[in-house]
Amino acid sequence: MSESIEKTQASAPGEGETERRLNMIEAINDALSIMLDRDPDVIVMGEDVGYFGGVFRCTAGLQEKFGKTRVFDTPISECGIIGVAVGMGAYGLRPVPEIQFADYIYPGLDQLISEAARLRYRSAAEFIAPMTVRSPFGGGIFGGQTHSQSPESLFTHVSGLKTVIPSTPYDAKGLLIAAIEDNDPVIFFEPKRIYNGPFDGFYDRPVQPWKKHPQSLVPEGYYRIPLGQARIVREGEAMTVLSYGTMCHVAEGVCREKGVDAEIIDLRTLVPLDIETIEASVKKTGRCMIVHEATRTSGFGAELSALVQERCFYHLEAPIERVTGFDTPYPHSLEWAYFPGPIRIGEAIDKLLQD
Amino acid sequence: MADRPQGHNKPKLSLHVPEPKFRPGDTVDFSDIGVTEPGEQPRPDEACAAQDTAPLCHDLIRVLGDDDEAHGPWDPKLDPETLRTMLGHFALTRAFDERMFRGQRQGKTSFYMKCTGEEATSVAAAMALASDDMVFPSYRQQGVLIARGYPIIEMINQIYSNKADKLKGRQLPIMYSSREKSFFSISGNLATQTPQAVGWAMASAIKGDSRIAATWVGEGSTAEGDFHSACTFATVYNAPVILNVINNQWAISSFSGFAGAERTTFAARALGYGLAGLRVDGNDPLAVFAAERWAANRARSNAGPTLIEHFTYRAEGHSTSDDPSGYRSAQEREEWPLGDPIMRLKKHLIALGEWDEERQEALDADCMDRVKKATKEAEKNGILGHGLHHPFRTMFEDVYEDLPWHLKEQAEQAIHERKTKFPEGLPEA
Repeated sequence: MSESIEKTQASAPGEGETERRLNMIEAINDALSIMLDRDPDVIVMGEDVGYFGGVFRCTAGLQEKFGKTRVFDTPISECGIIGVAVGMGAYGLRPVPEIQFADYIYPGLDQLISEAARLRYRSAAEFIAPMTVRSPFGGGIFGGQTHSQSPESLFTHVSGLKTVIPSTPYDAKGLLIAAIEDNDPVIFFEPKRIYNGPFDGFYDRPVQPWKKHPQSLVPEGYYRIPLGQARIVREGEAMTVLSYGTMCHVAEGVCREKGVDAEIIDLRTLVPLDIETIEASVKKTGRCMIVHEATRTSGFGAELSALVQERCFYHLEAPIERVTGFDTPYPHSLEWAYFPGPIRIGEAIDKLLQD
Repeated sequence: MADRPQGHNKPKLSLHVPEPKFRPGDTVDFSDIGVTEPGEQPRPDEACAAQDTAPLCHDLIRVLGDDDEAHGPWDPKLDPETLRTMLGHFALTRAFDERMFRGQRQGKTSFYMKCTGEEATSVAAAMALASDDMVFPSYRQQGVLIARGYPIIEMINQIYSNKADKLKGRQLPIMYSSREKSFFSISGNLATQTPQAVGWAMASAIKGDSRIAATWVGEGSTAEGDFHSACTFATVYNAPVILNVINNQWAISSFSGFAGAERTTFAARALGYGLAGLRVDGNDPLAVFAAERWAANRARSNAGPTLIEHFTYRAEGHSTSDDPSGYRSAQEREEWPLGDPIMRLKKHLIALGEWDEERQEALDADCMDRVKKATKEAEKNGILGHGLHHPFRTMFEDVYEDLPWHLKEQAEQAIHERKTKFPEGLPEA
């Protein structure tokens, strides 16, 4: 297990609190349990999340603990799930709907984009939609084109939404708690490739979900990681790597294998974005590589690249490199060719460092 | 296998594209509309099983007869004072629509939508609900706000997007919002409010509250997926909600056939979901009140959600941007067999000996005067495009609870542009 996915920054556990080794699923379950316990207005709902505890088991045991009116299954209707959550938010609840796979979020897009995102604005803050839409995203589990997509840039393009993507169990818990407490609608994408722990060989082989690898130390009890604060995974001088979710680990692994003294930044939240950390790092290193799994064209890397160019141009020693998935649907059998792996990332590093 | 050699005795398939019965210039004949006899529709118990309402999904609940009297089990037996109050809301809504329509033609705002002929479906329905039941309206329910006593000057400020507009000039005219009046912010995307109303109702049930939710959607928008999601969620969780479908026959220029009206009624959609369904004469204020009250009592006693089809007619164009003479016979409005809701209520009150033409004239004059005064007052706060709008910085507020860095930067840019545009000093605001 790499050092980077151990707990790094953020607040230390409080006095008398202990830590447990949890994987991301357990950490998310822990966060939901804490918030259901602390705030009677928190509601967890989604397909299969109740009795069964979710297809990834993120909500296991919650219905038993908090009852059927706090944690319940829904019809297979993403439009309904998100639309209903908007109404619940307007009432004063804090719904945490789950969309079983991010690939299925599209029928709910109108409710997210036209309704949840703009409700505060259009009603001059008379009504708000404080909801956290949880959804597993990304590939690497042989999920084919309907269980592997990374649609985050659809949401970062929408004014009024916040987009959060954790890369460690520690962050997943702290960020999810912050997201549920946030009064704006939050899209919380969970990188399912690292749900159960790190990869065998950490980058270019499939996860074996049946192998349970406790991944990081997670404090017991309540703590939060504020939205809009990036995490410096590893400090370095040679180049800045901007990444999030699964790709933080892949990029970190490649840099470590190649012996590159890269500063690796896990963005954690895409909106709001921690521009200060990005700017300071790129100005220090003079080189920038952006790594994400989503398709390249109009991906979030394009926005990051533009921001770095606008703000750090005179500090750059080489053109910004974008390493992304290809502009194709996610191929089932060839997903490991699609996935930005060590070759694609390694070549980008070489290009960045050649002068 | 049903395969046959190519071209061998296979009937040629054909596509059906619905066409309304009458186009401009056509003579209108509405005799095929099943106008039922008032008072003959049974009124099941409010807590009945949903399927017991099945006959009422194809029937038409009516109370007021040609004799201007109330008939049958659906007569809500409202006292004369309540009926006069209802008539007052009707008159004010119509006067308001007339004035605002004219205001748009005078260039005071960009857009307006009348509800002429449909006033009962909002005013009478709102009066059947509790004042703190949450309503999730569509864009033709101004009567709900009026019935709830929302100041019409606030409505006009919103329509003019002026500096007193509580929505800070962000919404299209008539897209009101009032938390105080339990009136949810209106969306221009159709039917989105239907699952939201169900969600609100579910939340109320989760919290053990006693308030219910009601939503309004046009018959054309029932084709949206949101409506079907709303029906499914409503029935699955037995949500305390009323789904009002306003069948006013027209969705801009598309007649109700494009939402499936040729095959069945909109009320009958309730049956497939296991919802209670009622089909009501939407131009009969007493029938609308009675149906809405029935559904409200049902919801409030945890007996379940109800879908109500209000069978009515959009007497005017869809909006100020629409010209119905381009697609439907001008005669339709005159021939509509269910009359006008305001006239019907007026005549009923007169028949009861509780009203007369003199008082009606005085009421109409008073409403026109109230609207005129409110309009003048609102105009002091500005009209659309005349500069009396909210400060530029408000454009960036309420996107998020807190202003993030990128919006701070963009707000500074907007203020900078304003200074560049007016170097001699800013215009008065």
